[in-house]
Amino acid sequence: MAILEVDGLKVYFHTRNGVVKAVDDVSFSVDSGETLAIVGESGSGKSVTCYSLLDLLPKPPAKVEGGTALFNGKDLLTCSAAEMRKHRCNDIAVIFQDPMTSLNPFLTVGEQLIEPLIYHPNRDQRQTRPAAKQKAITLLNEVGIIDAENRFDSYPHEFSGGMRQRVMIAMALITEPKLLICDEPTTALDVTIQAQILELIKQLQQTRNVAVIFISHDLGVVAGIADKVIVMCEGTIRETGDTDGIFYRTQNDYTKKLLDAIPEGPKTTLNRSHDSDNLVVVNHLKTYFKDQSHIKGSAGGRFIKAVDDISLTIARGEILGLVGESGSGKSTLGRSILQLAPTTEGTVKFQNQTLTGLSPKQLVPWRKKMQMIFQDPYASLNPRMTVFETLSEPLLYHGMATSKNIGHQVRQLMDDVGLAQSQLRKYPHEFSGGQRQRIAIGRAIATKPDFIIADEPVSALDVTIQAQILDLILNLVERHNLTMMFISHDLSVVRYISDRIIIMNRGVIVEQGKTEALWANPKAPYTKNLLAAIPLADPVAERARINNR
Amino acid sequence: MAESVKDMTKEFEENGSSLWKDAWIKLSKNHMALFGLSVLVILIVSSLLTPWIAPYNYEAQDLDLGATAPSMAHWLGTDIFGRDMLTRIMYGGRVSLMVGFIATAVALVIGILWGAVAGFFGGRVDALMMRIVDILYALPFMIFIVLLMVVFGRNILLLFLAIGAVEWLTMARIVRGQVMALRNLEFVEAANSLGLSQWTIIRRHIIPNTLGPVIVYTTLTIPSVMLLEAFLSFLGLGIQPPESSWGLLINYGVETMEEYPWLLIFPGIALSLTLFALNFLGDGLRDALDPRTSKD
Amino acid sequence: MIKFALGRLLQAIPVLLVVITATFFLVHSAPGGPFSADKAVPPEVIKALEAQYNLDQPVWQQYLNYLGDVVKGDFGPSFKYSGRTVNELIAAGLPTTAELAFYAMLIAVGIGVLAGVTASLRPNTMQDYVPMTAAMIGICMPSFLLGPLLVLVFGIYLDWLPISGWGDIPGDKILPSITLGTGYAAYIARLSRGGMLEVLSQDYIRTARAKGLSEPLIIVKHALRGGLIPVVAFLGPAFAGLLGGSFVVETIFQIPGLGRFYVQAAFNRDYTLILGMTVFFSTLIIVFNLLSDMLAIWLNPKLRQEIRGTK
Repeated sequence: MAILEVDGLKVYFHTRNGVVKAVDDVSFSVDSGETLAIVGESGSGKSVTCYSLLDLLPKPPAKVEGGTALFNGKDLLTCSAAEMRKHRCNDIAVIFQDPMTSLNPFLTVGEQLIEPLIYHPNRDQRQTRPAAKQKAITLLNEVGIIDAENRFDSYPHEFSGGMRQRVMIAMALITEPKLLICDEPTTALDVTIQAQILELIKQLQQTRNVAVIFISHDLGVVAGIADKVIVMCEGTIRETGDTDGIFYRTQNDYTKKLLDAIPEGPKTTLNRSHDSDNLVVVNHLKTYFKDQSHIKGSAGGRFIKAVDDISLTIARGEILGLVGESGSGKSTLGRSILQLAPTTEGTVKFQNQTLTGLSPKQLVPWRKKMQMIFQDPYASLNPRMTVFETLSEPLLYHGMATSKNIGHQVRQLMDDVGLAQSQLRKYPHEFSGGQRQRIAIGRAIATKPDFIIADEPVSALDVTIQAQILDLILNLVERHNLTMMFISHDLSVVRYISDRIIIMNRGVIVEQGKTEALWANPKAPYTKNLLAAIPLADPVAERARINNR
Repeated sequence: MAESVKDMTKEFEENGSSLWKDAWIKLSKNHMALFGLSVLVILIVSSLLTPWIAPYNYEAQDLDLGATAPSMAHWLGTDIFGRDMLTRIMYGGRVSLMVGFIATAVALVIGILWGAVAGFFGGRVDALMMRIVDILYALPFMIFIVLLMVVFGRNILLLFLAIGAVEWLTMARIVRGQVMALRNLEFVEAANSLGLSQWTIIRRHIIPNTLGPVIVYTTLTIPSVMLLEAFLSFLGLGIQPPESSWGLLINYGVETMEEYPWLLIFPGIALSLTLFALNFLGDGLRDALDPRTSKD
Repeated sequence: MIKFALGRLLQAIPVLLVVITATFFLVHSAPGGPFSADKAVPPEVIKALEAQYNLDQPVWQQYLNYLGDVVKGDFGPSFKYSGRTVNELIAAGLPTTAELAFYAMLIAVGIGVLAGVTASLRPNTMQDYVPMTAAMIGICMPSFLLGPLLVLVFGIYLDWLPISGWGDIPGDKILPSITLGTGYAAYIARLSRGGMLEVLSQDYIRTARAKGLSEPLIIVKHALRGGLIPVVAFLGPAFAGLLGGSFVVETIFQIPGLGRFYVQAAFNRDYTLILGMTVFFSTLIIVFNLLSDMLAIWLNPKLRQEIRGTK
């Protein structure tokens, strides 16, 4: 008997602009000991589905319009508030996506852990504080928090991202629930930490025989841990099936689209020959920041060594991939090269001209030759400027267009990046994330630069849009003969697009080499770890990997 | 040739909906805010036209009449000198409003400049400037103003300056906060990477995005300033006769409130209603301009 | 934490110095001295009085003398109330004003937080509109309007409560406290509503619900701490405002407190009284701001640890 059976679930949002059918007739079931993965892009309704089971949606806009959700025979959608509390405490637990915001910053971790035990809705199940504390510490140990006894009294901000997620897992399991809902629990984590957390969840599931619903936008992540997969899009289920069936034998168009969008292997167009002369030469570059985290000015402030003695070259026409986890300094390196961050020591040469040390005014003519594409499509465009204004600004400022031909040039740019010319007078908030990124790319290529640094340009986009933007970038690089530095934490993406890769960690270069050579034969332990942690959209391979660890 | 192509496609370009337009649409759905806006408009118009539309002469006394309750001839009654209350309230409103706008303008100018400089340049400059603001914030300003008014006599100009000098602090803080947040946004970085000059960046990118909170706060400062002026006038330290403001009228009203309560109540209503309306307008503007709620 | 407090107090000294200096020279630059207002007094007597109070010395000399005295804690004699020192007068009026401010603050925080939190629990319903409209009225009704109105209604028409004095007749503390505290209660109501709404939309509240905790527990244990931060931050300016507001309330209700003295002293050009009270008020405000800042830091675990140096 399935522990959870959802049938015909409908959840609609009644907004100012009309009714949004977030979940429209969704049915599925989960058994104890089974892992069900719900996969979909943003707006697919995967999170709303699960939150509606526990009545965690904001009630004025959201409304459950129909369907049943039977948990051990009882309908979650129609039970009373008191019964819902019992379900939330005893039966179903949730692990949320962002552990930083999901934990109360004002209470200790220990206090938050024991709350479900000491405030249990069933009075006879309530535990005393000392007993609850013991249980909590045992659990903290189980999830891998070292020195659990002391850490019990620590606050959330004293833990790293991965550790916080472990705490959340402990908190979810402390009342021994029968169903665990994981809402993108690893999306906010580095790839190596992600692998650890996935393993932990799998392990705990097997020990406790809980049912798990795992929500993700990343098919690779669920390949190794899911027994069944549901693919959702715009509120409806497009396909249901066992994992192998979905990954290897799907006939569904949407699922195929999702699978195809995952960057695989290197790009096929390798007809570019680079010149041997170096466009960019970086020599012993150091960018240090003063540590701002003390309130009272402590004497001899500490430094954060974001970029710590890095030397590299980029040949003309080359696409160099820069990979690193969060805090590695890769973004700072990109900005330092472009003279957007104040460098502390070392030189950066562009077309044989030393840029470090030039005054802002002297840099202006060089600026139009090197540009940047930013990560966040929502923050990289001025919300009060139309597309036309954003695209024309660089051209007019650098005197590359006059008021007579500016219209023509801007329209050309729109064509280049694949946007309809009729959208020129619109404002950024009227576009989707992917379209905004196209506008940002248009702005970057407007001045016909020789060199572009792309800082995680696709990380904030859905996987199908990602694929489109990556292809657009490749297209433009080829057409305009650009040199590019592509920064990302996502190794698969970098592998797809780059000729050469540099791996960075804590401000230094760990390893570098031609893409395929690095992939086949990583030398540094850090690189090996990184490559081993990448989730593949290949269930058989993933399972083997997990078993080998 | 290029020109004609441009002309042809121009017809097909759809017009975008700027954030200002969105905000106006949102604002117009907020009934209280619209109420506030209409009150403000009525007040401004009436204040400008007062010399022509007031029913009586401002100073016309009628000692035989004395204080009378509201009647057909005098809709809001008369004061102890027989002067028409409606007229006095209209003139008083003129003065109160004028003080409100001018003092707010003073606060606005100082506050924006201070906050923008501190926010944009950051570092030491910011630390120093905001330190000064923090210190001034903690001081008993009321006390200084009282002192100033007593010491330098009842000079209207000084009144404006004194009030403006108190209100600029919060404006500076708000502007600085906004500018600092903007500085870190990527489109400002993009402007930097394009090589735009600091001044161009401030003009085209920072200022348009700061206007929102500035407008909101300005709308909320006006009532605050009017309150302060009324307070001072009530104590006898603000507007002096023969001019009058609502604060002064309330002062007179309090003196005779037992026998002639309408002398207190009507100016009181006038002041409260205006403050009420302006505050609702300010709240409505704040909701309308909040980018978080502009796209559902 | 103690180092922090000491540090802030040290920083306060130059500020006080500026206050004293500014006030001193402001007051002394006003036309006319403390005795020139009395037209009935012959010029020779004025000269003698001025000599007695050292007003005939050069201003710089007076300034330095004054500073010397202040450091010793002596604010000098009052010019207008002959025979009494400023210290005495402050001591006489302080308890009254302190009590008034205390009750007003109690009303402000108590009613304000209650109203604001209640409104935030069911936004955009009557539970929200009613308190918030009341709050708006409270903000738009200045104390010098509310006071007389209350006096009119409760004191004169209904004759339920006394309308003047402090501590003389039972119940005479009610109207003044309400008058002074209402405006601040209204503002605090809005602040706490805003703060609570912000917190209630946070992820960690959703987590608390998902754990099966009861709503009351969630509100009190999880939400209040973060939601009341804006209120705590406002306590300092609120106190400063209450002191200023006491001027009006004490005048309306004939309360013999510091506020009323101050206004009269300003009118009378009673230099020492003005100076003494300004310095006194400023010190009070600075100390209160320090206390509320310390409270704010103590409530935030991250800041608390940073200040202590443990991290």
